Amino acid sequence: MAAKSIISRPVYGTLSPQPGKHHLFIADAEGALAIAEMAGRAPPGFFDDAEIVFIPGLDGKHAVALEALKPAQLHLAPSFASLLPRLRQTLANAHMGLRVYLAGTEGLIGQAMQVALEAGIDHTSIQTEHRGSLARRMQCVHCKGITENVTTQPATCAHCGLLLLVRDHYSRRIAAFQGVCINAEDRSEIPPMEEIFR
Amino acid sequence: MSTGTTKLDVVVSDVVPVNDLVTRFHFRRRDGQLLPTFSGGAHVVVEMRDGERTRLNPYSLMGSPLDTREYTISVRRDDVGRGGSLFMHRSVKPGMEMVVSYPVNLFSLDLRAKKHLMLAGGIGITPFMAQTAQLAAEGGNFELHYTCRTASLGTYADVLRERYDRRVRLYHDDLEERIELDRLLSTQPLGTHLYVCGPAGMINWVRDRAASLGWPAETVHFEHFAAPQPGLPFDVRLAVSGKSIRVDEQQSLLEAIEAAGVDPPYLCRGGVCGQCETNVISCDGKFIHNDHWLSEEEHRSGKKIMPCVSRFEGRSLVLER
Repeated sequence: MAAKSIISRPVYGTLSPQPGKHHLFIADAEGALAIAEMAGRAPPGFFDDAEIVFIPGLDGKHAVALEALKPAQLHLAPSFASLLPRLRQTLANAHMGLRVYLAGTEGLIGQAMQVALEAGIDHTSIQTEHRGSLARRMQCVHCKGITENVTTQPATCAHCGLLLLVRDHYSRRIAAFQGVCINAEDRSEIPPMEEIFR
Repeated sequence: MSTGTTKLDVVVSDVVPVNDLVTRFHFRRRDGQLLPTFSGGAHVVVEMRDGERTRLNPYSLMGSPLDTREYTISVRRDDVGRGGSLFMHRSVKPGMEMVVSYPVNLFSLDLRAKKHLMLAGGIGITPFMAQTAQLAAEGGNFELHYTCRTASLGTYADVLRERYDRRVRLYHDDLEERIELDRLLSTQPLGTHLYVCGPAGMINWVRDRAASLGWPAETVHFEHFAAPQPGLPFDVRLAVSGKSIRVDEQQSLLEAIEAAGVDPPYLCRGGVCGQCETNVISCDGKFIHNDHWLSEEEHRSGKKIMPCVSRFEGRSLVLER
């Protein structure tokens, strides 16, 4: 579970079925289990109007659990980047009454929410449930480059190489945590690097 | 005391009968300066000094927010209300000096919306007059559905059709024309926000259908000023100021508290903003809650009251004021 800290740090809930005409689920890895568990609380026929977009990950587990729900559509994608054009298309053609559910890693939830926000959906109306890795997407405030899957504190910017303190300060607009140079005064000072975002 | 608001000294610059029930009032600043900026959906509280009595009623600003030389409001005559609208219709004449509050907006547009879908019923059209003017000026995407009793009581329907043509759709009760609400709500593009202003029954119907059809609460905006209802007189003890007051039949509890020289905060005077929320210290009797602010649970608890619109019947009431 993501720990509570400053107000911009996202907090996630437990997926729950919402009233609506269509339901769009976007999930990766163990996020599939959150959808399967929610299905137990959903009214009969709920998945007749549902589309699930799922990134199984390397081990390819959990897709079977989603097939069993018999959604109107189940789309498997190898990565977030690969599902993005389809997601944008779906949202561009959608009507009010579509509800969005995001489940899985923080990176997936954040990036999918970013696309939903651009489509005009309020973040508070999106159902989220965190499962799996706490690895962070981080934006370096100095060079603006985004580093994926950051697990350490501090972390090295993949773009400019600065050593960054990974803050809880989060931007929904760019779907990333903020990274700030940790040794700006004296670059020879190298604090120990610990793996804390697992 | 109105929270954070200063009063504006204005003069009535014009009074224009619009139809059998509605009259429009124009206000300019007495010092000739521009009035404060406002956004579509804002209201002002108009002070009506009627002999010994002062009534304070909220009215939506209906002019374009781009023009702050004057404020305009439209008042529907209510022959069985507490007399505020009758005072406006009968006694307010051009040249008269009046006092209005700074504008406050509790029904503002969410400008993140991709589209604005507006539903008006009757005199509920007034905030949309300002909102459509604001959106039209910046190329905003809106659609207005306006239900009125008859064509002759369709206040500003002609003006709106002329300004916005097919972006305005009219429905006349006498011709049995009805909004196909479910179809309308189900065919809106993602990112649409819904705005409703009209009678309580219409607002409840629209909110209920929108929720069932999957519109998130964040996208549904509504405004219903509950005009204070007249009722039986009752006595109140104000514990903090140590005063005992009587609320007359035609007076609101808030007006009675103010008449006793106590100034609770307020903004809307219509049971929606929450500013005048007051704690009940003790009571023996029943509350008549008319607000849209407190939860049902709070209404049942007997621990809080909104003195702008709610009343009390019983033996004793002590408030923390």
